This record gives sequence, structure tokens and C-alpha cells, in this order.
Amino acid sequence: MLLQIDDLKKAYLQPDGEVLPILDIPSYEVDKGEQVVLIGRSGGGKTTFLHSVAGITTVDSGQILFDSNPIQNLPEEARDRFRADNIGYVYQTFNLLSPFTALENVLLGMTFSKGKADKEYANWLLERVGLSHRLTHKPDALSVGEQQRVAVARALANKPKLLLADEPTANIDPANQQSIIDLIRETCNENDVALIMVTHSMEVADQFDRLDKLDDINELAPAVTAATGGSHA
Amino acid sequence: MNLWNIAYRSVKQRRLASMLTSISMALGVTLVVAVLTISGVVKTSFETSTSLGYNMVVGAKGGALQLTMNSVFYLSEPIENIPYEYYLEFLPLEQRQAAYENSYKYQAVSQQDELRNVVISTTAATGGLASSITQEILNDHLDQQLEQVLPWKRQGKFSAFTGLVIPLCLGDYFGTFRVIGTTPALFNELKYGPQADRQYTFTEGRNFVTHSDEHGFYEAVVGATVAREMNLTLGSEIQPSHGAQSGEVHATAFTVVGILDSTGTPNDRGVFINMEGFYLMEDHAKPVDQEEDFQGVEVDKTAPSGLTLENREITSMLLLTDNPIFAPSLENTINEANTAQAVFPIKEISILFDSFVDPARDLLLVITILVCLVSAVSILVSIYNTMSERRKEIAILRSLGARRNTVMFIIMIESFILSAFGGILGFICGHGLITLGSDAIEGRTGISIGFFEFAPPLGMNPETIMGSVSPELMIIPGMILLSVVAGILPAISAYRTDVSQSL
Repeated sequence: MLLQIDDLKKAYLQPDGEVLPILDIPSYEVDKGEQVVLIGRSGGGKTTFLHSVAGITTVDSGQILFDSNPIQNLPEEARDRFRADNIGYVYQTFNLLSPFTALENVLLGMTFSKGKADKEYANWLLERVGLSHRLTHKPDALSVGEQQRVAVARALANKPKLLLADEPTANIDPANQQSIIDLIRETCNENDVALIMVTHSMEVADQFDRLDKLDDINELAPAVTAATGGSHA
Repeated sequence: MNLWNIAYRSVKQRRLASMLTSISMALGVTLVVAVLTISGVVKTSFETSTSLGYNMVVGAKGGALQLTMNSVFYLSEPIENIPYEYYLEFLPLEQRQAAYENSYKYQAVSQQDELRNVVISTTAATGGLASSITQEILNDHLDQQLEQVLPWKRQGKFSAFTGLVIPLCLGDYFGTFRVIGTTPALFNELKYGPQADRQYTFTEGRNFVTHSDEHGFYEAVVGATVAREMNLTLGSEIQPSHGAQSGEVHATAFTVVGILDSTGTPNDRGVFINMEGFYLMEDHAKPVDQEEDFQGVEVDKTAPSGLTLENREITSMLLLTDNPIFAPSLENTINEANTAQAVFPIKEISILFDSFVDPARDLLLVITILVCLVSAVSILVSIYNTMSERRKEIAILRSLGARRNTVMFIIMIESFILSAFGGILGFICGHGLITLGSDAIEGRTGISIGFFEFAPPLGMNPETIMGSVSPELMIIPGMILLSVVAGILPAISAYRTDVSQSL
């Protein structure tokens, strides 16, 4: 088992001082190399869930075991290191760093992990995502599809065990959406990387063997959606 | 990718803002370099100027500072003249005799002597042996008395305390530069430099002499600045203007026979002419009323120039006592009498520096420190202003696994890059500026500053850090350090970035 979550609870403190519970997940598991698609309504806590798994945000209670190691109580620095070594993240808005070229963005994905930056591997990754001819282009000079391809390559650069993709095709034109999904799934397969992909698209979701609905796994989901009006998380 | 590269790319990304920040830092450093160099030059110049090679100045009664200003720095107006005979009081017997021989006083006494000899010989011829012996005894007695009374028969009153004395005659100008009538000893015997051990040397030519076959009494030596600014070369002729820059130009022309090397002393700005020639210029020799003062005594022996002692006066004299221990009592003796005053120029200059130059230098240093602070704050503001738009960038780095300390360090590196670049640029601009003005600085002070030379130390004591290390080596790295420290605030802001909210 790669990821095992038990009794995960997370709430936010609102500006008016009220506590807003977001997540209450009694149990959730992802196996090594498994590909899961997670769907849910806006504001249902999907991003908070991914952030919790990545160690970007802390949880209030419960347990997150990653490769049998509990990460929920790790100090921040150890969570940073855990993320650098184990997690790849693909965002809806790509989140490439504009001062850097495509190749440098991928190299940044390796900079903070255990292994040294491997330029050859970064080149290979970009070649794999079909951008061997765009290595020295900065994000501004790439199309949105190309930017997301760079983001995929960067997410795989640290050879993670788990790739988290948060609506990776939401900002991509329909013609390119499928190729990005294929690319993410194929590269995860090739590198034995487990995948949790959040999407709104049933078209995308239907392609996965395992489809999880956040409403089913998060006992608070309907209440959260009503309370936040879809604005939070 | 290493952190330096990440920081550098980030700085490069905000090219315009980074450049403006660095330029503000560079301007600060330029100002610091200029201030420090000027302070250092003033201080070094002060040291050079106060290593005079003499310890006293003697001149007419009046302001002590005024005497110092006109005799040491050739500034301000001369007070009055003092009698030449007073100058002779500082000379030994032989030189006094030689000087007095060309005087009405000497001639008058010798003519009386001759008369007396005639009387004695006549008496001897008519009065027999006894009378002759009596006259001889009287004569010896008279001679002994005369030795006490007649000035050429004794040592100068102050000669025993005198190591070197150089007379100066001031008042004339050549362009804006002072003309100084003096003796060749000024450059032959007087030394200069911080240890007062340097001999004056000539870029071209030689020292002037009292009389030469070629130029008679009219030889001149000019300081390096004068030669440069007035385009003088060997053989150039100088006609001083009388009494003021706008005064009537004398008909007498002096020929430049030597151009001094730059010394960093006020002598760089002086025109030195033979004193004998100075007296020979129109209205310079003191008129003598032969009938009234000397009862019509005819002078049958004058100096080769035709001058008598009574024609001469001097403005002041530079005096090196034979032993410094004599100086206080000599000063006291001179000042107690009515003829002249003696001053210690270093004391006067120190008073001037303490009351004016030192506070000005301190003020410049305060400005320097303020500039450093402003530069540091400008870096702080510049980076801090970008932090809000960079939260996402920082959050992305954090999501890629960068630790809080790492992003903080990246921001500090950015601050260092901006300040180091600004520091280097400012160093280049500051030294470039000084190099551009180096000719003028050298001309005025004799201190040459090359592009790669640091500002001279500010402290007076070479055993202390301030007195031995260039302040640039302390202040510029200090400014860079200060700016890096200023980067801490935005770095802390980066440290505190909430990743999940900023993504």
C-alpha cells in the first residue's frame, strides 16, 4: 500500500472566527502504481485533500501513512523533504516559473530532492512529453498545452512515487485535453508512479479503472459545499 | 540548479526594478567613494602641508593665523614688513658682516673710523711716545666698546638657536599665483614630506641662483601647478603684477630656470623669484633718505645689485630652530619685543583644522553613513515590494520541496546580488569620477590617485585600523553587508508565505 488514510479531519478557521470543517475521511487507500480519478463538486475539499496528502497543509487529526510512514505529524521541514522526494504535483494553472526555461523548470523539480539535478533525465523527460524542440523556451513562449506538458515533466523530475494532478486539463483547449491525460497516465505507468487525478470532467473520469467520488469518501462534502458556496478548497 | 542561479534568474526577470535598485546603491557607493577620497586627500594633504621642514614663522606683529596663512600657504594678505636687520639677527657673524658691509650704517662708521685713525696718527706724530701709547690704549678700549654696539661685530642675537632661516618677500602676483621673493636655500636646504626628509626636485631645470651670467638677478622657479596652469616652460618669462592680482605689471621679467616636481605642498602653487631681483623691481626697494638718515654719508660699497642693506625689508621668515627645545623660549623672546611675532604654524593649522576642517570631515562621514543606510533601505523596499507578486513563485518553489530556509536564503542571495552589483558599479563610477578629476586633485594637492587606488586612511595614527586601512575597504563591504541584512525583512516575508493559500 502506498497511501493509507485513516480518520483524516481538517477544518479551516474563518476570518469571523468560526471553524469550518472541510475534510472528514474515515478511510482511503491508494496502492503503488495505481491510478485513481477523484471527482467532486467545487468547494468539496478536493484541493485540500491533495494538499494534505502532499504535506503542503497540515491536518487536524487522523493518520496519513505514505509507504507505511506516518507523515501527518512530521515537522514542516521534514514534510518539505518528503514532498521533494516522493510527490509530483501537476496544477490546473501549470505553475511554471516564468524566469526559467522549460528545461530549467524541469531541473527545478529535482533541485530540492535527494538526488542531484540530472540534466540528461530532464532532457529525456521533455523529449518524452514531446518538447525536445522547446527546451530553451520560457513559459511565455509556450502554448498552454506545451506549458502543461512541461509541468508534467517537472512533476516527474524527482522520480516521485505519487503524482497528484489537480484538474490538469481545466485550462487546456479540448483538442489537447486528451493528449495531456494520456501523457500523464502513460508516464505514470512507465515510471510506476501512482496517480490521483482530480477532475470535473466525466469524460476524463470514465477512462480510469478506479473512480472515487469525494462526496462518498468525505463525510462533510455536502455540508462544506453548501457552506463555502464552492469558493473554498 | 543551484540557489545562486535561481536567485540570479529571479533578479534578471525583474530587470528594470533590479537595475534601478542597483543604480541607487551604486549612486550611494559613488558618493561614499568620493567623500572618502576627498576626506583622505584632505587629511593626507594636511599631513604633507604640516610637515613643513621648519617649526616657526617670524613676521610682523598681527594675526598669528594670518601670518601662517600667507607665509605657509601663500594665502591671505601679508601683514607688514619687518626690518632686514631683524632677519640678520638670526645669522652668524660672517654673514652679518657681509650683509652690513653694504649699508649706510657701516659706511658711516667706517668713515668715522678713518677720521679717527687720521686723528690718532696725527696725535702720535706730534705728541711723542707717551701720547701714542695713551691713544693706543684708548683705541683698544673704543674697539671693545664698538664690538658691543656695532651689529656687524657680533653674532646675531638668535643665531645660536637657528638651524635654518629663509626670508620671504611677499606681495606680488603672477596671474592668480603668489610671487615669493626668497633665497635659493628654500629648495637647496629646506626639506618637505611627511617626515620632512624629502629634497625638492625639479621636473625640468634647476634651482634659481642669486646671480647668473645669463639672467643676472632675474631667475625664477615655479611650482608644478603654476607651470601647468600658466603653460610655463624653461625659458618662459614672468612679469609679476604689483601688490595684487590686478596690480600694475612690473617691467622686470624673470626667466623660469626650474619647474618643481609636484610636492603636495603649497609650493606647487608658488612662483619663486630671487629675492635680490625682487628688490630690484620698481617700488620694491625701501627708499633711503641719505641726507636725513645718514647725514649725507656716501656709500661707496653696495651689493652687486647696487642695493644697500637699508633698501631691504622682508615679509617674514621660515625658521627651523637648531633644536626644537629652543623653540618655546625663542618664540617667547621674539613676541615680548616690539619688532616681530613668532608663531608655530602647526599649532595655528591645527586650530584651524580642529575648528573647521575636522567638523566638515565628520559631517561628510555622517552623510556617508546616511547614504549607506538609504541604499540599504532602498534595497529592502525594492525587494519587499516585489514580495506580494512573488508569493506564488515562492509557493511553487515550496511545493517543489524547497524548505522555508531555502526560499529565505534565495531572497538573501538576491539582495546580495543587487547590492554587490550596485557596490561594484558604484566603485567603478566613484573611482572613474576620481580618475577624471585626478589631474585637478594632483594639481592642487600633489596627491595622485589612480583608478585602482583606494581612498587614503582617515585616521591620523598609522598603528590603528582607521589610520592604516583604507575606509573604502571597510565601508563598501559594510554597505553590501548592510544591504544583505536589509534583505532579511523580505526574506522573512518569503519564509512566512502560506503555500496552500498562495498556490
